[in-house]
Amino acid sequence: MALMELRDVCTYYGNIQALRGISLSVEEGEIVTLIGANGAGKTTTLMSICGIAQIRSGQVLLDGEDISRKSPHSIVAMGLSQVPEGRRIFPQLTVLENLDMGAFLRRDKATVRVDLEEVFDLFPRLAERRNQQGGTLSGGEQQMLAISRALMARPRILLLDEPSLGLAPLIVQNIFDILKRINEERRTTVFLVEQNANMALKIADKGYVLQNGSIKMADSAERLLANEEVRKAYLGL
Amino acid sequence: MERNKLLRDLRSSAIIAAWFSVLLFPLLVMKVSVTGGQALVRFRWERLPAIAVAAFVLSFAWRRALEWNEARGDKPSGSGPIAALTVKARSALALRPIRLTATLVLLAVAAAYPFALGMYHTNIMITALIYVILALGLNLVVGLGGLLNLGYAAFFAVGAYTYGLLWKYAGPAFVSAGLDPGWLFWIALPTAGVLAAIFGALLSLPVLRLRGDYLAIITLAFGEIVRMVLQNSGEVTGGATGISLIPRPWFFGLRLPPRQAATYIYYIAVALVALTVFVVRRIEDSRVGRALEAMREDEIACEAMGVDLVRNKLITFSLGAFWAGIAGVLLAAQTTYINPDSFTLWESITVLMAVVIGGTGSIPGAIGGALLLKLLPEYFRPLAQYRMLIYGIAMILVIIFKPDGLLPRNRKKYTFDGSPSAVGAPVAAGDQEARR
Repeated sequence: MALMELRDVCTYYGNIQALRGISLSVEEGEIVTLIGANGAGKTTTLMSICGIAQIRSGQVLLDGEDISRKSPHSIVAMGLSQVPEGRRIFPQLTVLENLDMGAFLRRDKATVRVDLEEVFDLFPRLAERRNQQGGTLSGGEQQMLAISRALMARPRILLLDEPSLGLAPLIVQNIFDILKRINEERRTTVFLVEQNANMALKIADKGYVLQNGSIKMADSAERLLANEEVRKAYLGL
Repeated sequence: MERNKLLRDLRSSAIIAAWFSVLLFPLLVMKVSVTGGQALVRFRWERLPAIAVAAFVLSFAWRRALEWNEARGDKPSGSGPIAALTVKARSALALRPIRLTATLVLLAVAAAYPFALGMYHTNIMITALIYVILALGLNLVVGLGGLLNLGYAAFFAVGAYTYGLLWKYAGPAFVSAGLDPGWLFWIALPTAGVLAAIFGALLSLPVLRLRGDYLAIITLAFGEIVRMVLQNSGEVTGGATGISLIPRPWFFGLRLPPRQAATYIYYIAVALVALTVFVVRRIEDSRVGRALEAMREDEIACEAMGVDLVRNKLITFSLGAFWAGIAGVLLAAQTTYINPDSFTLWESITVLMAVVIGGTGSIPGAIGGALLLKLLPEYFRPLAQYRMLIYGIAMILVIIFKPDGLLPRNRKKYTFDGSPSAVGAPVAAGDQEARR
C-alpha cells in the first residue's frame, strides 16, 4: 500500500477549478517529484494534501486513511509535514525558536533534543546562527531553516514546495544533496514540488508532470529525464 | 555635503514659514469684530513675525530631528551611552541578588505609597493600576497574538457590569440574609474574569478569518454593540444612568472610611497587577505563548507546523478579555458607580495607545505606557483641554523616533563582528536562558 495516495482530487478557488482530478501515489521511502510550469497547480496540490485548501471531490489517503476532511493540524499530527512555498519562516523568532515551533506537536522532549542535534548536523550553518532571528538569515539559510523546521516534526513524509525558489545554483545543489541524504539516512519519504525539473528529477525515484491542473505524465525519474517532450518543455534542452 | 543639507533645510524651513504666515493670516492676524451691524477688521500685524519665526524654528528642528533619526538607524543599535546603560542594567538584573533587591524595593515603595501620599494620589494610582491590568491583557492580544482589538473596552464593561449586576440583583438578598455585601466583590472577581473570557471567545468566532483592518473594524463594532446594549436595556442594567452604590470589597466585616477603603482597594490593585504580570510572563514563556507569536508572524506556516489556529485565536481573545474583566470589577469597586459612558471606544484606544507607546509585546512597556498615559494627564490638569493634541503629538514622536516603544521587548539582539567565534554571540548575555 502506498504511504500517500491522491485519488481524483479536484480543488477549486471559488468557481475556478485549479485541480482537475489528480491521482498520484507515493511509496514509503521514495522521493517523488511533481514538476510543472507556473500556474499548473503544484502549490494547490500541496495545499490540498495539507488540508489548508479544501478539496471539492476526490480523496487524499495517508496509510489508506482518508485525510481530506481533516484539519491541517491533525494532518501534521499524523506524520505529514510541509515546507511551504516561499519558506515562510517566522522572521522575529530565533532559529532555535523556529525549530521549536516545528516540534510543536511533540511532547517527547528528549528525542526532540536528539533531533535538534541531527538537524544541526545536517545544516551546520544553522547551528552557528541558532540564536539569530530568522528574518536576518540569507535566502539559502532560510530555506535550510524551513526544511529543518519541517524535519523537527519527525515526519514520515516530508512535503516541499519549490525549495529552489530564488536561490543561487550552488545553494540549490547543496539543498538537494541534503534532501537526498535525509531520504537515505532517515528513511523519510519526500514529496517534492519543483519548477527546477532537472534538479528534481535527478534526485527523485519517480516523477509526475502537472499541466493545467491534471497529470500529464507519470514515469520513473530516469525515463522522464530522457523523455523528449519533458526535455523540451521543462528542461529547456 | 553636510553644508548642502543644512542650506536645503534652511531654505525649506523658510518656505514653510512663509506658507504658514499666509495660511494662518486670516486666523491669527485678522480679527473681525461686529459692532452695530458693521464689521470691523483689525489687523494684528505684530503677530505675523511670531508665526513666521515659530514655523521656521519648528520646521527646522523637525527636519534636523528626522535626519538625525535616519543617521542613527545606520549605526548598530548597541552603541551610544543609553544603549550601553540599558545593557548594563539588564545584565545586572539577570543576577539573582540584584533582582531580588530591586523587587523588594519596588514592593516597599508600592506598599508605602498610600501612606506617604494622600488619598487623592492613591485614587489616581488605583485608576492607573486598573489601566496597567488592561494594558497587560491587551498586550497579549495585540503584542503576542498580533490581533488588533479595538473593542477591548467591551470586556472591561463586562467585568464592571458583572459586579454591578451582581450587586443589583443579588445584593438585597445578601443584605437580608445578614451577609456583608462586600463579599460580592470577591465573588464577582473570578466570575467577571470567566464571563469576560467567554465573551472573548464569542467575539473570536466571527473574526477567525479576519486580519488587520477588517479585524479592527469588527472588534470596534463589537465594542460599540456591547456599550449600546448596556445603554439601551434600561430595566436590566439601569440604562444610561448605570448602577450606583456598588459596595466596597469586604474587609473583615468592617465598614472602612473612604480613605482606608481607597488604601485597601489600592493594595488589592497592586496584588492583582502582580498576579497579572506573573501569569502573563508565564504565558509568554509557554508553548501557547510561542504559538501565539508564531501566529502573529505567519498564519500559514503556523498551520503547517500543526498549530490549531481556531483554538489559538480563541485562547488569545479569551486570555486578553479575562484581565479586562478583572480590571472592570476593580473599577466598579473603586468608583462605586458605573455607567456605559466609562466604556467608550476612547477607552479601548487609550489602552491600545498605552501598549503601543510602551512597546508592543513588552510587559514593562505595557506597564510603563499605562502609567504614563493615566498619571501624566492627572498631574497636568491645567493642560486638560490640549490632552488629545498632546497624545497625538506623543504618538507621532514615538512612532517615528522609537518605533519599538519606550520600553521595547527584550528580544535578543545579536551583532556580527566578523570573527567566526563571535557569530551569533548574544549581547544581552543569556537573558532568555536565565528566565527559563
